Amino acid sequence: MAETPAADGSGRSEGVGRTESTGRVESTERTASAESTERAEYEGVGVGTAAVAGPVARMGQAPPEPPDTPAAGDADDERAKAFAALAAVAADLRARGAAAGGDTADVLEAQAMMAEDPSLAEGVAARTADGKGAARAIHETFAEYREVLGGLGDYMAGRVADLGDIAARAVAVATGVPMPGLPPNEDPYILVAEDLAPADTALLDKNLVLALVTAEGGPTSHTAILARAMGIPAVVGAAGVLALTDGTPVLVDAAEGTVVAYPDDDELGAAVARSVASAAAATLSGPGRTGDGQAVKLLANIGGAADVPAALAAGAEGVGLFRTEFLYLGAEEPPTFEAQVRAYRAVFEAFGEGARVVVRTLDAGADKPLPFVPLGEEPNPALGVRGLRAFRAFDGRNEAVLRTQLLAIREAAGTEAAEVWVMAPMVDEAPEAEWFCDLAAACGLDVAGGRVGIMVETPSAALTAGAILAGRTGFASIGTNDLTQYTMAADRMLGALGTLQDPWHPAVLRLIGAAGSAGSAAGKPVGVCGEAAADPLLACVLVGLGVRSLSMAPSAIAEVRAALATRTLAECVAMAERACGAATAREARRAAAE
Amino acid sequence: MPERTVTVASKVGLHARPAAVFVKKASELPVPVTLAKDGGKPVSAKSMLQVMSLDVRHGDRVVVAAEGDGAAAAVDELAELLESDLDG
Repeated sequence: MAETPAADGSGRSEGVGRTESTGRVESTERTASAESTERAEYEGVGVGTAAVAGPVARMGQAPPEPPDTPAAGDADDERAKAFAALAAVAADLRARGAAAGGDTADVLEAQAMMAEDPSLAEGVAARTADGKGAARAIHETFAEYREVLGGLGDYMAGRVADLGDIAARAVAVATGVPMPGLPPNEDPYILVAEDLAPADTALLDKNLVLALVTAEGGPTSHTAILARAMGIPAVVGAAGVLALTDGTPVLVDAAEGTVVAYPDDDELGAAVARSVASAAAATLSGPGRTGDGQAVKLLANIGGAADVPAALAAGAEGVGLFRTEFLYLGAEEPPTFEAQVRAYRAVFEAFGEGARVVVRTLDAGADKPLPFVPLGEEPNPALGVRGLRAFRAFDGRNEAVLRTQLLAIREAAGTEAAEVWVMAPMVDEAPEAEWFCDLAAACGLDVAGGRVGIMVETPSAALTAGAILAGRTGFASIGTNDLTQYTMAADRMLGALGTLQDPWHPAVLRLIGAAGSAGSAAGKPVGVCGEAAADPLLACVLVGLGVRSLSMAPSAIAEVRAALATRTLAECVAMAERACGAATAREARRAAAE
Repeated sequence: MPERTVTVASKVGLHARPAAVFVKKASELPVPVTLAKDGGKPVSAKSMLQVMSLDVRHGDRVVVAAEGDGAAAAVDELAELLESDLDG
């Protein structure tokens, strides 16, 4: 996701400057403690790369428990006040739901119904008749239902939390303080909170919230995920930030993971200038290259013609992975030659002269059975007859399906300007690659011109890439998702093994390095397609390992382009050496970032 | 007093969204309606909190009852709702 701090950073710094020059910060009704205008720094985990400055606005706090003292007004007045508060909360929840739409609207509608529940109203009326104040009656009645639902077990925990939130809102209205939740500010601010819940964030306005700062949470917290999705810089897990009062000018530097209150002019200027420079780099278009000019092709991963507009909009130089499974999955019969030609041509014709489009042939496997590519039952499809193996095994009984695909690619490519390359998935060793080259040549594809290659997804292919590329195979494309799974012996689908499924692992990086070196030695291109290419820092490491094309989701291209532009090839090589020397994925990431 | 015993089809039971759909429909009916777990104490079907407190799970048998003019139609309407999948 491209950050957009350029206008933000520069425009906002002026706001801070003005606030500072008056030497005072206007306090608001939310400001509790005495003002201090001394510089203070807080450290957390940064999300994004931007630095922005602006005034603090804190999430509204839950009101304290209303005291159990006799009501000020008479019972009818207190009941009316309580009912009005509940109605106001229900209306507010519905308004927020209407603005958010979708599932959020349904969730907030259910909460609004709880606020205006007839049984709840009875409980409140009974308590005000007993002489309790409006706020206290609301508090006690909700507490009663929270206890009932809480007693039903963990399943109701979410509803119990909902009731607590609704009660806090209603109590706030009844006692005349702001409702908990997002601040009502109409000018841009930096949101400071303990942590953010999905309900808080449903209505975050990107035009108002300059940055998110939380005291709790880590890099995978809801707040961090949201910040990445919205392209808003954030610092999470910054202990102590809750002491910041509303209106305090702060500098949030996501790259450094710091929050500075009352920053001095120099650090403010430096951070914002750096942020603006990186934002400008992120919006650079054109071919990918390192800071010293080493070309690195930035390509898109696509699954059909529908993905092409996004790839072009992101400035992709071509397609590094065109998945073709969409033609086959769910079908009873293999797609016809004519249908395939149409589908491939729809993609090829979108790209101009010299743009590379790499088509991956059908990646079949027992985990996604196709009636026309019988593979039999397997206990472990990830290690089974899949990818290219599906067409070589069983005495080649499935070969016709691959042959038709290659002929259709050849036919579609014949009339288009784009440079069409073809690669086979799940290759282990040179004889398999040669077999594929034979078949591709027989189907009229340009083997001699280096346009037929293989994917490197197994440690065996990475370690024997030299032998493979010494043959007719024209190029290699490293599929980091599978390479990680096979290197770490950790199933991609198993959440419990999440920490092992990290392409930053030095074992994976060394295998990529082996394939990269083999490519350089043979004078044949080696690229990466897979999640790894979309990580801006890892992309630099991959280039340092000899990779010369990176194929990724179109949305990641701008940031990767920017990251490459800020480093020389020698710096990328040094980063790669540090990462390969680490013991774990976590250490490798840290070593590369040094 | 018209009543019907039905099996709850909603996969998540009468929690969250399905409960809201059910209570909303009950609230629109012109007569008092109650919901009970088979053999349990009836609660108002128009109260989200009471209905959630019953902790009705997928496959539970529940009794819908109503009183007054149009009670039979009201019971039928709610019974049908409970027997359909409200998760979507």
